[in-house]
Amino acid sequence: MATDIANPPPKANVSIESVLGLQTQSPFQRLLGAQSFWVTIALIFICLVMAYLQPASFATPENFYNITRNFSFIGIMALGMTVVIATGGIDLSVGSVMGLVAVACGLTLEAGYPWWAAVAVGMFAGFVTGLINGVIIAYIGLSPFVTTLGMLSIARSVAVVLSGNRMIYKFGPSGPAFKWLGGGSIFAGTHYEVSFPLLFLIVLTAILGVVYKMTAWGRHVIAIGGNEQAALLTGVPVNWIKVQVYIVSGMAAAFAAILNVGWSGSAINALGSTYELLAISAAVIGGANLMGGEASAYGAFIGAALIFVIRNALLMAGVDSNWQGTFVGTFLIAAVYLGKIRGAKRE
Amino acid sequence: MSILELRGISKHFGAIHALNDVDLSLETGEVLGLMGDNGAGKSTLVKVIAGNFPPTHGEIRIGGENVHFSKPVEAREKGVEVVYQDLALCNNLSAAANVFLGREINKRLGPFRWLDHAAMARRAGELFSELKSETRPRDLVRQMSGGQRQAVAIARTRLSKARMVLMDEPTAAISVRQVAEVLDLIRRLRDSGMAIILISHRMPDVFSVCDRVAVMRRGAKVADKLIKASSPEEVTGLITGAIQTA
Repeated sequence: MATDIANPPPKANVSIESVLGLQTQSPFQRLLGAQSFWVTIALIFICLVMAYLQPASFATPENFYNITRNFSFIGIMALGMTVVIATGGIDLSVGSVMGLVAVACGLTLEAGYPWWAAVAVGMFAGFVTGLINGVIIAYIGLSPFVTTLGMLSIARSVAVVLSGNRMIYKFGPSGPAFKWLGGGSIFAGTHYEVSFPLLFLIVLTAILGVVYKMTAWGRHVIAIGGNEQAALLTGVPVNWIKVQVYIVSGMAAAFAAILNVGWSGSAINALGSTYELLAISAAVIGGANLMGGEASAYGAFIGAALIFVIRNALLMAGVDSNWQGTFVGTFLIAAVYLGKIRGAKRE
Repeated sequence: MSILELRGISKHFGAIHALNDVDLSLETGEVLGLMGDNGAGKSTLVKVIAGNFPPTHGEIRIGGENVHFSKPVEAREKGVEVVYQDLALCNNLSAAANVFLGREINKRLGPFRWLDHAAMARRAGELFSELKSETRPRDLVRQMSGGQRQAVAIARTRLSKARMVLMDEPTAAISVRQVAEVLDLIRRLRDSGMAIILISHRMPDVFSVCDRVAVMRRGAKVADKLIKASSPEEVTGLITGAIQTA
């Protein structure tokens, strides 16, 4: 065309060095591109609407205390879940692992051992289930879905057998210390009371966030989800890291179970049934990609928070509690759809 | 002295003889074109050199030293770098992260080792500018052109003291303009004293950057001659079998 000849495109006179420091996305653009940012906005919006509609029941320190403690258990599980999802895997066994850990802790306390022994036994149970999942998935090569589905069944059944299908609540001399771990709080008696589970969740979220951003291990986890073959060829110990991520997930579930048993004051083998779905939902709503390669610690935190605030808000608004699943499910599907749109934009 | 010498390399997968008694040598600063039809054994040969699997028979000498690899990492330690056909890049990571994948630069702080993002971005930037590629270290690989992706994969080979780079079809899936870019990258690697094996199906690429061409057919090497002494017609004949040997 004539105009093209008359107006040649401007010559690029930018040196390579001058663009080396640039990023295509500014930090602000990256913030807008992050799913966890939009979930945070949605969460704040729901809270503001509820505070306006139900000032007497929703926007109270007691309600805040209850919601934050309730979502902390799921949040801690979801943190472990993001690590597995980041590698492109899935861990369906976490709910059953909670049941097994609860029984293990309960029996240890009932036998009169100290609280720290119960914690150690519980964490060890989580470690072992994670190790078994990881070894089967990484070294035998079975699919994560099938392997952890099998563990879901196994861990629950072992929990029922070990407990003799009874509730364990006589915690022995070390009971109060163990209960304090999950049921305690700081600033008790003030408007700013914060439960221990929430404190643990905040600390663990911060630690995992740093691990993702600042360690070779975190980067390798993300790389495996991005392109497992590439990670293998560049010398990343792919199989060993896969074992480790299932151990992390198992131990996260174990820790959530320990806090939950401490808070409720009793150990039942049914603890955590269907919690795996909540943990996966929380991770996915927070921006974890089930195809792997994308996950964030803050996402797990905010995803768990959103699920429990929605449930609480519906309850406060007088909606039949049986509708909660419908709302949470809708949010989950919407979150995956949002992630798909973001993915399409980037390609 | 030859940097690489293969003597009587054979590779059998059960009854299938993928490689039969292949001899090959490569000098420092030389670009060798490795050509052949699909299934001729090019990729198998490269995988043997790169340590993906050991040969059934024969010996590999690198810098005069007899070597036996069982993992790609072992070959890398001997200075053999590979640019894989699919480039082995993680789309979800930045260019710098990909260059350093598996070989991250850490700094010590307290009892832990932390990624040194600044040092890795700086070094990756230096490598890209050495390769005269307009690739930005902090960009996600997902958003890059084929030529930039090649630059990332090639920059990776420059991290260590590599002596030899094996490139599997680097120009197979990119645009014409980017092909020229990649061929320039190969020339720069050669000028820096690297020995290069270029596997390619593209006659023009081989005849523009290679010093020598080796042709494989049915697992055997049927020709090995200087580019100056050959022609695209002759090589085509050798690949298809119209010309038996040269």
